[in-house]
Amino acid sequence: MLLIHCPWCGPREELEFRCGGESHISRPSPSATVSDTDWGNYLFTRKNPKGVHYERWVHAFGCRRWFNVARHTATHRIEAIYAMHEAAPSAFDGADAL
Amino acid sequence: MRRRRDARTIRPFTSADDHCPNASLPCEECLQSSYPQTYKQSIQFCMEWALDLAKLDYSGWRVLREGFRGQAGWTQAWRDPAPKPAYDVIIVGGGGHGLATAYYLARNHGIRNIAVLEKGWLGGGNTGRNTTVIRSNYYYRESAALYDFSLKLYEGLARELNYNVMFSQRGIITLAHSRHDLEAATRWVGAMRVNGVDTDMIGPAEIARRVPILDMRPDARYPVLGGFMQKRAGTARHDAVAWGYARAADALGVDIIQQCEVTGFRRNADGSIAGVETSRGLIAAKTVGIAAAGHSTTLADMAGFRLPVTSYALQAFVTEPLKPVLDTVVLSLATGLYLSQSDKGGLVIGGALDLYPSYAQRGNMPMARTVLGAVAQQYPSLGRVRLVRQWAGIVDVVQDSSPILGATPVPNLLINCGWGTGGFKAIPAGGTLLAHHIATGTPHHLAEPFSLSRFSTGALIDEAAASGIAH
Ligand SMILES: Cc1cc2nc3c(=O)[nH]c(=O)nc-3n(C[C@H](O)[C@H](O)[C@H](O)COP(=O)(O)OP(=O)(O)OC[C@H]3O[C@@H](n4cnc5c(N)ncnc54)[C@H](O)[C@@H]3O)c2cc1C
Ligand SMILES: [Zn+2]
Repeated sequence: MLLIHCPWCGPREELEFRCGGESHISRPSPSATVSDTDWGNYLFTRKNPKGVHYERWVHAFGCRRWFNVARHTATHRIEAIYAMHEAAPSAFDGADAL
Repeated sequence: MRRRRDARTIRPFTSADDHCPNASLPCEECLQSSYPQTYKQSIQFCMEWALDLAKLDYSGWRVLREGFRGQAGWTQAWRDPAPKPAYDVIIVGGGGHGLATAYYLARNHGIRNIAVLEKGWLGGGNTGRNTTVIRSNYYYRESAALYDFSLKLYEGLARELNYNVMFSQRGIITLAHSRHDLEAATRWVGAMRVNGVDTDMIGPAEIARRVPILDMRPDARYPVLGGFMQKRAGTARHDAVAWGYARAADALGVDIIQQCEVTGFRRNADGSIAGVETSRGLIAAKTVGIAAAGHSTTLADMAGFRLPVTSYALQAFVTEPLKPVLDTVVLSLATGLYLSQSDKGGLVIGGALDLYPSYAQRGNMPMARTVLGAVAQQYPSLGRVRLVRQWAGIVDVVQDSSPILGATPVPNLLINCGWGTGGFKAIPAGGTLLAHHIATGTPHHLAEPFSLSRFSTGALIDEAAASGIAH
């Protein structure tokens, strides 16, 4: 069970949250010039690392706000929590190696 | 030599066969090939088959004999070879799909210089962790054809491998708990029947008769309004499927190499695959097939391409052994809970995926609580039964809940993945289709709709949306 620190409500148990998947995916544009392959990648292809994953979470049963989490997918350890508009923090030492 | 292989590969129809006896080949193919038709060839085939059986030496007679000799005469079921410097084909992943691919490459296509590389132990991935439900009640034509082909292969598998995979066609009942569930179920059943899959709507009375432990009271937490059943569905022994394929592949000369992790790919100047780097050294190969389930993207990363796959943990639970209380598989559309009773008496329990991407093969508390809560709510008499085991496997989930089969952007590198929560049932088919593609260079017609290209053409086969089924 994760204890997730909502930036607005503080530490709450995992049950109150929903994971919205990979973060920092940018929509290719302008739409008219995007190839089918690029569009397919945008919609479906994901990094899926065995290591630190930058992902979006929403405090569904709380303030209902979105934020970013850097979480290790093998240990589930949360390395950082940061705002939606912030860039991903740089890689965590050794964390990607697992 | 060539003639012998043909005779082994293709068995003629006899009047006793009501469907194609060549369990590992689709019927269209049998019809096209020149299978032995004369009496003499049939006799020759039977004699060779009997000789093979004697060689593999698993029989009732042998069990009896060993019983009198203190079981001292059994030998290792497969070799433990060191990797050779080069192979014609390397399969990455010693789960059901990888082992079946190697077996069918040898059995159907006569390729013998094959290695299966497994980083852990054989069948230690999802093949040894799943809840063993086998069914073909899928919604779309493409899926129904694929999974029903697999179910038919399962029907003949114990005989094909001379290994008891304990396939038990006890049926699966899917429960509808609301008018909306019922309407959706009716529509699905209609589609399945059009696709030639044996499913029937069944009413509450029949469900109560077939599943006496289910809470059927009108004021139950999840009232049961009806459901549908596929009678040919069932369960099999998961380890036996891996072991049966391993033993049969080994007997055909396939090297099964455990404790051998693939850590990278070697490429030729033209970008095609030259071999694999492993924890036991470099091994050259003309063609490489990946069947690594939850680790598919890890391998794709090594090869420099990407997949629309996300890895999640899926949990399962087994209770202490009980007297027989359930002789079918039951799945609830409301809670996602499904259960069956193993031959040892334990109830095998499964539910939905854990809620966020994971490579941790353990499973999380909130989902355990949801699944086990549903057991207590839907089967009150099981509320105090004790669990003996809980575990998780890492499953490869695709947006449209359908597998990805065939070519990758890298020449000579093929893939079988994306089975997600439901690929145990597909092992014989997945193996047959990947073997076909590797051996012939073209996808099998059943595999074609499931190519990676569907994510850019948009021709998804969205089973999650269409039939709402997991596993
Ligand atoms: C709890 C649970 C319940 C399930 N229930 C059902 C069910 O009821 N019915 C059903 O049909 N399906 C079910 N499934 C899904 C099913 O188990 C899988 O789809 C199926 O077993 C996949 O088989 P596979 O051979 O592709 O993968 P696996 O059996 O996982 O084999 C892949 C192998 O690849 C190896 N590997 C990975 N990376 C490397 C590397 N770099 N080098 C070498 N080897 C590597 C792994 O160690 C592993 O052994 C369930 C899964 C789980 C986890
Ligand atoms: Zn909050």
